[in-house]
Amino acid sequence: MNYRTLWRKSVNAVMFSLTGLATVLTVSVLFFILGYLVWYGGRAINWDFFTKLPKPVGETGGGMANAIVGSVKLLLLATLTGVPIGFMGGVYLAEFGGKTFSFLLRYTTDLLNGVPSIVMGIFAYTMVVLPMKHFSTLAGGLALGVMMIPIAVRSTEEFLRTVPVTLREGALALGACKWKAITTVVIPAAIRGILTGIILDLARVAGETAPLLFTAFNNRFWSPGWNQPTASLPVMIFTYAIAPYEDWHRQAWAAGLVLLGLVLLTNITARVVLARKLSSAAG
Amino acid sequence: MRKFLACVTVLGAVLSLGVGTVASAPPSPDAALINGAGATFPYPIYSKWFDEYHKLHGDLQINYQSIGSGGGIRQLQSGTVDFGASDMPLNDQMLNDFKFKVLHFPTVLGAVVPTYNIPGVSQELKFTPEALAGIYQGKITKWNDGALTSANPGVNLPGEDIVVVHRSDGSGTTFVWTDYLSKVSQDWANKVGKNTSVNWPVGLGGKGNEGVAGLVKQTPNSIGYVELIYAIQNKLPYGSVRNAAGVFVKAELSSVTAAAGSVAKSMPADFRVSITNAPGKAAYPICSFTYLLVPESIPEASKRDAIKEFLHWMLTDGQKDAEPLAYARLPKEVVDKELRAISEIK
Amino acid sequence: MASTAVAVGGAPRPGRVRAFLLRLRSGDEIAHLITLIFASAIFLVTVLLVFELYRNSALAREKFGWQFFYSRTWDPVFEQFGALPFIFGTVVTSAVGLLMAVPLGVGAAIFLAEMAPARVSDALTFVIELLAAVPSVIYGLLAIFTLVPLLRTTVQPFLKRTLGFLPLFQGPAYGVGLLAAGLILAIMIVPFIVSISREVLLAVPVEQREAALALGATRWESTWKVVVPYARAGILGSIFLAMARALGETMAVTMVIGNDPKISSSLFAPGYSIAAVIANEFTEATGDLYVHALIELGLVLFILTIVLNGLARLLILATHRKGTAHP
Repeated sequence: MNYRTLWRKSVNAVMFSLTGLATVLTVSVLFFILGYLVWYGGRAINWDFFTKLPKPVGETGGGMANAIVGSVKLLLLATLTGVPIGFMGGVYLAEFGGKTFSFLLRYTTDLLNGVPSIVMGIFAYTMVVLPMKHFSTLAGGLALGVMMIPIAVRSTEEFLRTVPVTLREGALALGACKWKAITTVVIPAAIRGILTGIILDLARVAGETAPLLFTAFNNRFWSPGWNQPTASLPVMIFTYAIAPYEDWHRQAWAAGLVLLGLVLLTNITARVVLARKLSSAAG
Repeated sequence: MRKFLACVTVLGAVLSLGVGTVASAPPSPDAALINGAGATFPYPIYSKWFDEYHKLHGDLQINYQSIGSGGGIRQLQSGTVDFGASDMPLNDQMLNDFKFKVLHFPTVLGAVVPTYNIPGVSQELKFTPEALAGIYQGKITKWNDGALTSANPGVNLPGEDIVVVHRSDGSGTTFVWTDYLSKVSQDWANKVGKNTSVNWPVGLGGKGNEGVAGLVKQTPNSIGYVELIYAIQNKLPYGSVRNAAGVFVKAELSSVTAAAGSVAKSMPADFRVSITNAPGKAAYPICSFTYLLVPESIPEASKRDAIKEFLHWMLTDGQKDAEPLAYARLPKEVVDKELRAISEIK
Repeated sequence: MASTAVAVGGAPRPGRVRAFLLRLRSGDEIAHLITLIFASAIFLVTVLLVFELYRNSALAREKFGWQFFYSRTWDPVFEQFGALPFIFGTVVTSAVGLLMAVPLGVGAAIFLAEMAPARVSDALTFVIELLAAVPSVIYGLLAIFTLVPLLRTTVQPFLKRTLGFLPLFQGPAYGVGLLAAGLILAIMIVPFIVSISREVLLAVPVEQREAALALGATRWESTWKVVVPYARAGILGSIFLAMARALGETMAVTMVIGNDPKISSSLFAPGYSIAAVIANEFTEATGDLYVHALIELGLVLFILTIVLNGLARLLILATHRKGTAHP
């Protein structure tokens, strides 16, 4: 083995080890985050956290019950507004779309997906908060809803397209008209994938903070109805983390753990289901 | 498939549980909610008050968010909150910008203190007005600068860079601070001026009094300015400041009350007054009234009555909560004047 | 809509249903129309968004014109607003983030696509993609309590001692500042680079590799000189996409950037990004001009991200077209 080959071989080894190192580093970040949150959040979490309202500033104790409920309400509203629009838009693209408008629509969806979340906050503020003269769950939910649209569109379209043509043709051959074939055959065949995509979408907006800062705002108490400001987990984490109070830091860790736990759990479940669905579709 | 169905069921259960709690969450169905926002300077006492008041009146919740005085003014102007709060009395131009008339109600008095975090220095520091202006203008950059050492003989100040912390949001605390600096330094008045937020010559920005206290606490060799209670609650040291009479005075109830004494008798009818750099040997120079900003006309009767009742309670029973949180009570003359002003709300 | 259609189909009286269906022989037309309406709603929302941003920044655009982009003053007292410090902060933090994320991300993608056995690669990619799902406020929370103290006590003094002669590493070690924001961005965008780069690398035809190996190249040589150049456009696309993310990232950056609109040559200095200033000052801006200036900043951010996203998509598409088949 000559010198040159030796050199080339060692470059080969060194470079691949470096890439391996890069992988290990990247992967370890997740475990660091998880470990840290479990360590600090786990010690901080208690029953009060889930059942009590926040205490006045500077006093120890209390919880984030209103923020947890607030987040659920916001996500519910986001789903109710974002998903139907996204789903129907996806159906249009996959089943009816003409050439020009489809192109335009796909482009717009991509564009919407790229809108920085803080800009979405401005949008909801000028569209909902100012005219209604109220910071509200409604405004926050709508901001998150618009953020959900692009991924709902894309996952619907993609999964509808994976439905085999034969299935469609079968339905049409039996005399069903197109919309009937779509609603009774095509959509049911793809629904699992679509739902999973939407759940992933939901997990993504669950952690969004920036669009809520000046739409849902915050609330020390329960937020009655939909037209009042509401607390939410991400905003609480933000306010508590930058404050000087030790007890707030403790609760920020607890909230972080709960939020991250929910997001990761949903992600893992949804992705596993998705992977199985894809492999079964291929096989 | 079965597993998937199980997942969906679980998710559904979680969601419906959430919805269930949503439905059952508000303690009583017709609990009124009043929204206010603004100053962080009085946030500890306001949140205490609104909590107490909620205990007395279970059917009323007052949600106060400390987004800064600038925010309080802005959001009241846009009509997104029912009342605002500010440590800065609105100036004439701001009042003109409002489409409706706004009343000022002083609630308590507070002090803004220079707070610092210098490892190894346990003594309390003394600040001259020149030193504070110099630090915040970026002219004094080391802790062992002559302007600081000459006022603090015997303190071993390190030769470290001073980390200056200021507010990043629109803030009444900033207004009080810059109002003071403008009064004691002509250079400051010309170059920077006073407002809820200014074009800072140096420093890091923290969001809210909470954020500034947080940054100072986390950053060695830093200095920041916060409302007194934030320094006390977070066990941050704060220095005394040389007042107009040439005496170094530390912020405490008596020295703040002394500053208020200077204007108690001559309080203008609309309560808009600045008490920084007040005369008198005992007066702490950087303090201020803090105000609730209430629209003169509140069409919704229930809301109007609730706010009026709260104001009345705050001016009478509520004042006793001030001292434990290191705010000074309002002078009696001011309270009487305000009680009469409540009837202006229609 | 789907459910009503089914309900109509299952209506009890068959005769009428048939008539109804006949009339709708092309009920397809109606279904088409309904989905089209929803699809148009997406279009409408986006147009409205742009319009609102444009309309609500009118005052600032009129008053400052192009000067808005090169003025360094951000002075609410005298109502002078210039975007330069924020553009600077946004660009610098994103650049620092990319500088660290690109080697790390592309390296990891190469390992996952070329070296790791399929199962290991899939599992690790899964973990890395989970990183992309971590909410940004949680990155911020961790950064405040771990990254910032570490920078202040260890990293920044070390950089000052060793590379302090460079203007980049001078000034007091605050912890928070451009460097902290850049680092946290790096961590946040790595998953995007890894995940997309790995895909485009996998899309490179196997023949390319085999040809290189047959000619006696080592695996690294085949990867670096054949596969990576082949996938270059796609990798670049992933980097643009990551950059778009970095530019618009709000919470984590707001929490560690130091919030001071200054332009400084040192990475230790505090800065301010476009997204952060909007988050901090939007609700509290007194005066319409101030608000309009902030919204104009939002518009600038929006346009920047659109351009980058567009470029990214084109590049990724180009690679996929070139790659004849997935292996």
